[in-house]
Amino acid sequence: MRLVFGYLIGLIFGVGIALSGMANPAKVINFFDFAGTWDPSLVFVMGGAVITTFIGYRLVLARPAPVFETSFQLPTNRKLDPRLLLGSGIFGIGWGIAGFCPGGALPALGTGQISVFIFVAALICGIFAAKWLNVKLTRAA
Amino acid sequence: MVAPVTADKGFNGMETDFTPFQSLAGGVLIGLAATLLMLFLGRIMGATGILAGLIAPVSRRDFVWRAAVMAGMVTGPAVVWGVTGAMPAVQVPASLPMLIIGGFIVGVGVTFGSGCTSGHGVCGMARLSPRSIAATLSFMATTTVTVYIIRHVLGA
Repeated sequence: MRLVFGYLIGLIFGVGIALSGMANPAKVINFFDFAGTWDPSLVFVMGGAVITTFIGYRLVLARPAPVFETSFQLPTNRKLDPRLLLGSGIFGIGWGIAGFCPGGALPALGTGQISVFIFVAALICGIFAAKWLNVKLTRAA
Repeated sequence: MVAPVTADKGFNGMETDFTPFQSLAGGVLIGLAATLLMLFLGRIMGATGILAGLIAPVSRRDFVWRAAVMAGMVTGPAVVWGVTGAMPAVQVPASLPMLIIGGFIVGVGVTFGSGCTSGHGVCGMARLSPRSIAATLSFMATTTVTVYIIRHVLGA
């Protein structure tokens, strides 16, 4: 049952991403191009997603536990460390260059376009490179 | 979906239509998926976390729910195709080398930043997490600057 629900939830996410325009780099880059061909559509994506999740989490997190698990897995780290801010800043540079973010690219794989596979392959290399560097940095510290 | 190409506007003439209703509907579905994942599995709907847990799994139980969500995500465009009759547009203005460089940089950034647009931007912001709000402001700022430099300074 976990897997059936997991699949359906992924499907809702994938349809949402596909409809919203987040899977389309041209649309994403245009959202950030305030000085050029600005397309404000992504305001509606983020607004719709954040407000829905805000209301949804209020209802769901009032429960003692999730349906199929014993507890909610919520991030407990509260520190605004340089790693978070720098990492997020680096992510934004890549997002501006390629136009895909991970949440946009993963469902976009389903369109079968080769460019999405190339992006995701590079993304996975970047994740492994950062994990390796993270181990080095932690050892050096 | 795509406006007629004009040589003097934007790079590669990649102007896109303003789609407020479709984008809002997509956003609501993204939020619904995030809510349901928390309700049933107690997890944050973050694409970075889901992908990282797939390529470097910590346990079988942890791997399988991510694989199920991933399978669902990838089926999304086909369902949109089935319902609307058109595959969602994926137009890539970046050149092949820039796509690879961009993808690598995104991978490094989301790993150090512990999340991306879905994890921090949607779920974290909805939880009013100070870390996620700071992360979102950080990547929105650098994305804006990057796009400005590529389009209006380098003129690519």
